[in-house]
Amino acid sequence: MRTLRTRPVPPPPARPGDVLAEAEALRVRLGAREVLAGVDITVRAGEVLALVGPNGAGKSTLLGALAADLTATRGTVRLFGRPAAEWTAPELALRRAVLPQATTISFPFPVEEVVRMGRAPHAASPAEDEKVVAGAMAATEVTAFAARPFSALSGGERARVALARVLAQRAPLLLLDEPTAALDLKHQELVLRLCRERAQAGDAVVVVLHDLGLAAAYAHRIAILCAGRVAADGPPGEVLSEPLLSRVYDQPVEVLPHPRTGALLVIPRRDP
Amino acid sequence: MTAPAVNDASVQASPASVVGSGRRGIPWALTGGLLLALLVLVPVAAGLGAYPIPTGEVLSSVLHRTGLGGTALDRVPESVLWNVRFPRIVLALLVGASLGCAGALMQGVFGNPLAEPGVIGVSSGAAVGAVAALALGLNFLGTWTVPAFAFVAGLGTVLLVYVMSRSGGRTEVVTLILTGIAVNAFAGALIGLFLFFADSAAVSQITFWQLGSLSQATWPKVLAVLPCAVLGLGLAPLYSRRLDLLSLGERPARHLGVDVERLRIVLVLVIALLTAAAVSVAGIIGFVGLVVPHLLRLVAGPGHRFLVPGSALLGALVLLAADLTARTVAAPAELPLGVLTALIGSPFFFWLLRRTRRRQGGWA
Repeated sequence: MRTLRTRPVPPPPARPGDVLAEAEALRVRLGAREVLAGVDITVRAGEVLALVGPNGAGKSTLLGALAADLTATRGTVRLFGRPAAEWTAPELALRRAVLPQATTISFPFPVEEVVRMGRAPHAASPAEDEKVVAGAMAATEVTAFAARPFSALSGGERARVALARVLAQRAPLLLLDEPTAALDLKHQELVLRLCRERAQAGDAVVVVLHDLGLAAAYAHRIAILCAGRVAADGPPGEVLSEPLLSRVYDQPVEVLPHPRTGALLVIPRRDP
Repeated sequence: MTAPAVNDASVQASPASVVGSGRRGIPWALTGGLLLALLVLVPVAAGLGAYPIPTGEVLSSVLHRTGLGGTALDRVPESVLWNVRFPRIVLALLVGASLGCAGALMQGVFGNPLAEPGVIGVSSGAAVGAVAALALGLNFLGTWTVPAFAFVAGLGTVLLVYVMSRSGGRTEVVTLILTGIAVNAFAGALIGLFLFFADSAAVSQITFWQLGSLSQATWPKVLAVLPCAVLGLGLAPLYSRRLDLLSLGERPARHLGVDVERLRIVLVLVIALLTAAAVSVAGIIGFVGLVVPHLLRLVAGPGHRFLVPGSALLGALVLLAADLTARTVAAPAELPLGVLTALIGSPFFFWLLRRTRRRQGGWA
């Protein structure tokens, strides 16, 4: 039925620095608990923003609010300059792609079909879709099992296929919830390199991470969440401080420069 | 569930065309095969029965009626063919297509391969409506009274089962099946009540109808279910792509631009239409909606663009074959159709349950 109506058109390409998503004094209540208690954050094109913080700090909830999945109890979320609630689902699908923490699928779709689902919002030619799908699969290194059913894959393989689907959506705002959680060392690097590439190409990437070293190495900006508020927001060099992290995580940590590259390393303090 | 080794090898060679070479042709081949099988089975089924008519004469009579040549048969075979056999065949095709399609849609909406109108109680729910209309002797909507009542009751039941069996955007198998048991029990009780208060003529009508049968087929009955079935079958394929996306879960589907709330409402309506169409004329015929989509998924993959119309085709074929068996295997007596499908379908359901349990590592 939808095909009979006019299809929404993709947004014009964003210039670096354009604000694609922002939250202002955002409060979100889930059940009885206020998970976000006044969050201000801006997401800009051309930038990888890492959301870090202890378990239960509200990272996924903030991501959900930026994805327009959750409605604010107070405050506002604006996507592409318009309040989140004013967008329709098809319009949003052309603007933001979301990688959930875990991907399950009810029926044994082959990998390639799952990735192709990312093309659903677009009215592109089959050839164009084919190209984007193949590109996304190659980028996430899942081409080798393109024909296998998704349900037969290992956790890390599923995570990469899910990411390929999100990449194939070609949305200018990428919201990734722990894309590296199930991945081995090599593929963690691969995924964050992909985030950088997408930012380089002008997209905005918001990524929830637990590994502060990865965040320090790849994010342009890190927002540290703690108990539903932003404890710090800025470039890695500014926000990754020992006292702050030790307080936020309730665990003594050390921040030291890498002996060769000078990039920041964050490790828990382990006294012998 | 692992792909054959040949497929893996070809992946390396040409990644983009892997699914294409292996599977994309299968739906077309299957569609052709199913249509061909229907074309063969319909005249055969029309000829077989207590009064056999050679297939050649069946075709000749059909040609005659459509004005393409051929000749009319004698009075008796012509009447048997057009007043008894053909309404029954058309009804079998409509009911089978409705059940197969409803099964495929329901499994898609619930995201669960065990969902089926009979299993989760929607058929019984629709049956309550139909029995109410029969027992109370209502006919203010003419021949459409029974289908209308079945539709309203079926709709209520789908909504009830949907609300009861879902939590957190998921349908757990155990909850779904248990909800089905509860709904079936309650519907059974209501039907029992209506039987208790109905007069004896209505009782025998209802009892026979409850077993599931097409033996009362007439053209007016075909007309009575035609609107429901045609509307449902026509609408269903429009939502195939969105059903594919829904298998990722509600939120991911919304992220991909699916208006999930609307999709759900429309599909629940379509499921109720199809179930009502089937139940109001044929009683409760179980397991067609379970077995048919499952077989197709095994052969052609889970994509709904083929699965939804394919299930309608295979459902029609299966029910036509089942009805043919039911009325010929113990001739001159006739097996109730619902008994026959349950006889074959239940063991299949049992196997499916075992397999799902094994996959999940036991019920929670």
